[in-house]
Amino acid sequence: MSKQQLYKEELIEKLYHDMFRIRFVEEEIMRLYPSDVIKSPVHLSIGQESISVGVCDGLAKDDTVFGTYRGHALYLAKGGNLNAMMAELYGKLDGCCSGKGGSMHLIDPSVNMMGTSAVVASSISEAVGYALGIKYKGGNQIVVCFFGDGATDQGVFHESLNFASLKKLPILFVCENNNYAIHSRLSDRSAQENLYKFAEVYNIPTHVFKESDIFKLCDLSGAFIKKIRNGGGPHFIEAYTYRWLEHVGPQEDWDFEYRSKEEIAQWKKDDQVDRLKDMLKPLERRNIEEKIKNEVAAAIKFAEQSPFPNEIDLFKNVYK
Amino acid sequence: MSTSKKSRLLTYSQAILEGTQQEMTQDERVFVMGQGVDDCKGTVGTTMGLHQMFGSKRSFDVPVAEEGMLGVAIGAALSGLRPINVHIRFDFIMVCMNQLINMAAKSHYMFGGSVQIPLVIRGAIGRSWGQGAQHSQAFHSYFMHIPGLKVVAPALASDAKGAMISAIRDDNPVVFVEHRMLYNLEESVLEEPYTSEIGKARILRKGHDITIVGISHMVIESLRAHKHLENHGISAEVIDPIWLSPLDIDTITASVEKTGRLLVVDTGWLPCGAGAEISMQVIERLQGRKQIIVERSGFVHTPCPTTKPLENLFYPNSSTIAAQAFTMVYPDAKPWMPEGEEAEEITKFKGPF
Repeated sequence: MSKQQLYKEELIEKLYHDMFRIRFVEEEIMRLYPSDVIKSPVHLSIGQESISVGVCDGLAKDDTVFGTYRGHALYLAKGGNLNAMMAELYGKLDGCCSGKGGSMHLIDPSVNMMGTSAVVASSISEAVGYALGIKYKGGNQIVVCFFGDGATDQGVFHESLNFASLKKLPILFVCENNNYAIHSRLSDRSAQENLYKFAEVYNIPTHVFKESDIFKLCDLSGAFIKKIRNGGGPHFIEAYTYRWLEHVGPQEDWDFEYRSKEEIAQWKKDDQVDRLKDMLKPLERRNIEEKIKNEVAAAIKFAEQSPFPNEIDLFKNVYK
Repeated sequence: MSTSKKSRLLTYSQAILEGTQQEMTQDERVFVMGQGVDDCKGTVGTTMGLHQMFGSKRSFDVPVAEEGMLGVAIGAALSGLRPINVHIRFDFIMVCMNQLINMAAKSHYMFGGSVQIPLVIRGAIGRSWGQGAQHSQAFHSYFMHIPGLKVVAPALASDAKGAMISAIRDDNPVVFVEHRMLYNLEESVLEEPYTSEIGKARILRKGHDITIVGISHMVIESLRAHKHLENHGISAEVIDPIWLSPLDIDTITASVEKTGRLLVVDTGWLPCGAGAEISMQVIERLQGRKQIIVERSGFVHTPCPTTKPLENLFYPNSSTIAAQAFTMVYPDAKPWMPEGEEAEEITKFKGPF
């Protein structure tokens, strides 16, 4: 029996649905971007989707996630409202931030996707504080905090790990290590390239995940989530990944010459969207894709038709 | 005042403690976190015993990591709690400016009103006994600059209690500015919980020759200056804005419209300071309608020196305030400066912290 057959068909369908949905939404953003309907920076997740999807697969709706400015994948994987996300990218009133946040500040409290920050690492301590709040109130939910390798350069990353471990808080740290902070390579920034070791220093159980296999990531994060929910305190995953496109914007960036095309070859070969696609029967696959394409087309239409905010909205929500 | 309302003398620090304690009693979401809040000194008494009363869950010490810990407080606020983050010196708040400005102040707006950050961040301005350049700074004007933050700097114990309760109950991040020289000053304070109206100034002395607006500890020195001036036949109106953001500019403007003169005495430097802001707002409202004279006083524009003879020159005091006010009222008269003794709270303070 091949390993692929061990996975339940429902799981494959669900994962493919979530992965293809994110990939397709971002490809649509790439298509729309040159028309300038999206007038704000977009940091696309293409190539990194499986981390958000794999980890969120093990979460309940009332578990909470915090992310980064590269947040489309996480927002959608946690169940964030697609119409509200597209309208937000268009700067419209029906956006998840009423047009005041844009791509870098997605949030959907109805599914406990509690926000992102454009200032690298700044939401890590918020995630820890949210976990403190859960423990304070005696809840059994957990928090997952996603961030990139660049965030590990920041002092607040270390401060947050220390406090989470000190107080045994219910939080999973997920470091998406794509090896670059904009164009700066990890080896040029950090004396310690094994980022999970930073967590070990603070007595946090860790796992480093160097491959693409989304099923393995689901299993690993699922096991960590269970331990955290049972009072095991913070855990840490360092997941290697690769950003296919430029740091910000919809294009490839090989002509910038800060990284070589050879680096991407294995990641493209192991692309989990393709892999999951091949595991499905053609009819099932088509059904999923059709449904998503219709949903995304409707979301774009929703964004187009939503009104822009008015002058009065400029002054709304400065203070509660 | 109704006789059924009991009041007694409390120090400023006892008033802060009482306001905090009363809010913690009536709202389980309120908690205190900060370096040394549960130690034997209890943040100069302002957090004394809270951990014994409410347990270490609700009043606890934190690592020496200001940015991370303020981020934790913001995250806790996002989860529905109402944290009070305490800093024994205002200077240390500089370490967590990213969290305060980029996160706490922005979240409600940036996320379209979908979240709120009910948070009090307390910072004490130090002074005297050699506090020096890094234990004496006053940064309230930085925070007045930021939409999304509220700033309160009460000078009297009764206002400190009311302002603390208002700040805790408010659904926004509030920077609560304290001053080390105020902690031991006593005033009659009501026993029961009460609030301070957010954005409402207090006229402490009525007068008609000049309006003196004091900030934080300079309110106390301005009240002393008022006495010097009174003895010299000048009637000064003394105003404590209490809330610097939102600012009760209407009360100040109405006073200046009456007196024709405004002297703002700040516990801080003058360039781009609270005095500049208050003066400008008054000028914008009165120019073309009334001839007014506006001046400022505050820290000398140097870092604060440690040695006493230089430190004495660094701060305004009741004599310098009175002298400046006198010349504003009588520009052609020979300058006058009352003989004043150093304020008791400064003389008495022997540190070490």
